[in-house]
Amino acid sequence: MSFNKVNKSVKRIDAYEKVTGRAKYGADLKFAGMLYGKVLRTKYPHARILKIDIKKALEYPGVEAVLTARDVPNNQFGVIIRNQQVLAGKETFYIGDGVAVVAARTEEAAERALELIEVKYQELPGIYDPEEAMKEDADRVHKELPGNQVIHHPLRKGDIEEGFARADVILEREYTTQFVEHSYLEPEVVIAVPHEQNSLVTIYGSVQNPYATQNAVASVLQVELSRVRVIQNHLGGSFGGKDEVISSMAARAALLALKTNRPVKMVNSRDESILESYKRHPYRMKYKVGATREGKLVAMEIKAVADSGAYACQTPFVTWRSVVQATGPYEVPHVKTDTYGYYTNNIYTGAMRGYGSPQVIFAQESLMDELATELGMDPLELRLQNIYHNNSITASGQRLDNHKVSLKEVILKAVEASNYREKYAEYNKSQSGDKKRGIGMAISFRGCSLGAEAVDAAAAIIHIQKDGSLDLYSGLAENGQGLKTIFAQIAAEELGIDLDRINFMEVDTSIIPDSGSTVASRSTLIGGNAVRNAARKVKAIIAEFIEEEYGDEFGFKAKDLIFKDNRIYVAEGKDVGDIKEIISFKEMAGKAYNAGVLLSAYGWYKAPEISWDEETGQGNPYFTYVYGCQIAEVEVDTGTGEIEVLKMTAAHDVGRAINPANVKGQIYGGVMMGLGYAIMEELETEEGYIRNTNFDGYLIPTVRDMPEIIPVIVENPDPVGPYGAKSIGEPTLELGSAAIANAVFQATGRRIRSLPLNLERVLIGHSLSKGGNR
Amino acid sequence: MKITITVNGEKREVETTPSTRLLDLLRDDLHLTGTKEGCGKGECGACTVIMNGELVASCLVLSPQADGAEITTIEGLGTEEELDPIQEAYIEAGAVQCGFCIPGMVLASKKLLEENPQPDEGEIRRGLSGNICRCTGYQKIIDAVKLAAKKLAGTGKLAGAGKSRGKGGGR
Repeated sequence: MSFNKVNKSVKRIDAYEKVTGRAKYGADLKFAGMLYGKVLRTKYPHARILKIDIKKALEYPGVEAVLTARDVPNNQFGVIIRNQQVLAGKETFYIGDGVAVVAARTEEAAERALELIEVKYQELPGIYDPEEAMKEDADRVHKELPGNQVIHHPLRKGDIEEGFARADVILEREYTTQFVEHSYLEPEVVIAVPHEQNSLVTIYGSVQNPYATQNAVASVLQVELSRVRVIQNHLGGSFGGKDEVISSMAARAALLALKTNRPVKMVNSRDESILESYKRHPYRMKYKVGATREGKLVAMEIKAVADSGAYACQTPFVTWRSVVQATGPYEVPHVKTDTYGYYTNNIYTGAMRGYGSPQVIFAQESLMDELATELGMDPLELRLQNIYHNNSITASGQRLDNHKVSLKEVILKAVEASNYREKYAEYNKSQSGDKKRGIGMAISFRGCSLGAEAVDAAAAIIHIQKDGSLDLYSGLAENGQGLKTIFAQIAAEELGIDLDRINFMEVDTSIIPDSGSTVASRSTLIGGNAVRNAARKVKAIIAEFIEEEYGDEFGFKAKDLIFKDNRIYVAEGKDVGDIKEIISFKEMAGKAYNAGVLLSAYGWYKAPEISWDEETGQGNPYFTYVYGCQIAEVEVDTGTGEIEVLKMTAAHDVGRAINPANVKGQIYGGVMMGLGYAIMEELETEEGYIRNTNFDGYLIPTVRDMPEIIPVIVENPDPVGPYGAKSIGEPTLELGSAAIANAVFQATGRRIRSLPLNLERVLIGHSLSKGGNR
Repeated sequence: MKITITVNGEKREVETTPSTRLLDLLRDDLHLTGTKEGCGKGECGACTVIMNGELVASCLVLSPQADGAEITTIEGLGTEEELDPIQEAYIEAGAVQCGFCIPGMVLASKKLLEENPQPDEGEIRRGLSGNICRCTGYQKIIDAVKLAAKKLAGTGKLAGAGKSRGKGGGR
């Protein structure tokens, strides 16, 4: 198949305004009469609020409003379970809970007013460890609930006892992971504008999921959805992070805006952002695996417990993804998995790139290497003996028969690109000096899009102006990943026009239908199909119009028309490529307009059916999967414990790369985020308090930490994806931690089962830090 | 208080307060919102501007300290119609994702290339080590700086070279 616009590394259409500083992000917006909003947050993670006195704050010059929980029409919101409070009224559940909000004419006045709000707290004991929360007699974080369990996902396949009875080798291991901060470079921002263009309130800002925010604000205000309009702005990164925290911020700003009848802008400082925004779930995972002496997996039993923190947020779905991926991409006849989420008084946890997979992959891919060591096998050979192929049956009972299961190809390409076999043999020999090298790998299969979590559909609008230029709307949002460019390429491919004729509009909830969230690496796949659908509809209208106008004269039918190079052609003569121009796209648009032809179309795409039985964890949870393999090469200073990642090879089957340069960009970025997760990042908490609330304490990789990264794009077009395209955003970060841990093991002989692999863990085997993940 | 600063070649008199950060002065008073705030602590580099030839975190500079200074912000480089070669290189190398770090990165690249027109990879890494990016994994940003070096060598267009060569030259 040959393409004109897709499968090409075209330049990003939003890069121009970004390199010149002209791109407007939320914090760059100003409105006439605008006030500044600030939040007073709790002093204690868990406390009863006895009294709030706002009198002095209200009297402070410049202050226009001070609101508390009693001013919130409906104080509970949430996408899955509605138990997150907009403002704490009687009780605070975590250290980021807001207690009051202020709107003032200047930011300084708002900040000063916060100090004048008098709150009387009664500090309460809290639960800061999910293991505590699980106990029968544990206090309940939320008194109105029967217990602390947010969710339990069981999965049962085969007969686990029979499986272990057949095993020659059984290993039991425990792994833990840490709280991680998204660290999008742009802190959260929202501006609520009251009574703008007939909306009750319009929300601008750093909104990852405009519809989730719209739903939350409407629900909090107790008004109909059409009264709340959300318009996205340039977003300075999100990685799953600007969802519920933005909903809450938008609801607060909306309340202040309606109270004062003036626009209200709220911008978080970095410290506020880290203190309040949800994090990646820490997991504690017990794995038991049984294998034959020859290295065939026969049984796996898994218990995974996720810390949900104070609210349910996305925990039910994050842990669900863990269930599907917990056994890795391996054929295991007997599986028993129990995945839990528990409430604690820690900071709440939610979506972050990878969702519930990076934790279980760290465990399960470390375990595969431990098993290989136990069996005296090469870790690569052990994997190759057990991986999925076409027609394999997954742990949830799904037969992989509707797409190319390319895991073997992906692994072998990574092995070749990294020179794995030679290096593995070389590093197995004794190494002199303090600095030791090792190489390690991790592999995965990953369900594309939402799967059985929720309705999976998206919309697009294509609107052709009478000069042939085009407005493109999508219900999915540009978060920095490159969606605008990808969607513009798809529209351009179908309509045969250049990208510079396409104007990509920001998401506006009053114009384009609810398309769900921009999450789960679903945009290219689901949203791309919606754009393609819209483009094909409008193309059919154009073709019919051209046939009516010129068909008799030139002797062709609508179906014979060829759209390319900003022109419309018809095939002429017998040779392929022998074509004759009928009309330019621009001229066509003018004529169609004058003839009263509608040149706009809504596109819609709904994902194929899937199935899931929540009792047994069986079904077809995703309609297609992607496959990945990353190989890490490290050098460890055994004197200091310092790890230097020398090289990461990342092979990913993306179905089809709509924009190979963008795919590589996703791989580089995801690999680096995975490296941070593996060796440096940890939000340190102690009894619910957070110690590192800025980038001086919470360290993310800089350019100096960057290893050599070798991206390997594998393309096996999917029957469902647009032009065969699937996913790339999240698979890139889920593999690094296990690959690096396995490489560190080869280098040092030390198996580290807790993330991050920081100096003390590498040097002495456990963390010295008091807080954090002990 | 009143201060006088030259921003992107234009002399401006600004009414400000001693506690106003240069960052806020640029963004709020001069409406130059290309300079971003990422951490407010000088850790992330999003607010980087060039002041008297040196890279500074404008969140750590108070406006009296900027009195009399010459400042270059991202708006002082090129426009979409006439891009600076460094901006061009960032676009062509695909170095831009969310874009929030990009103004700071581009200015750090400018400073680096003015001092060292042909940096090797290690020098590029050192030159950009004060700027955090969470999206790109830095690879394409490094590629962009290499490409910019080529473009600048080709055109001989090294704006400000020599003039702003500070003490840190040739690091």
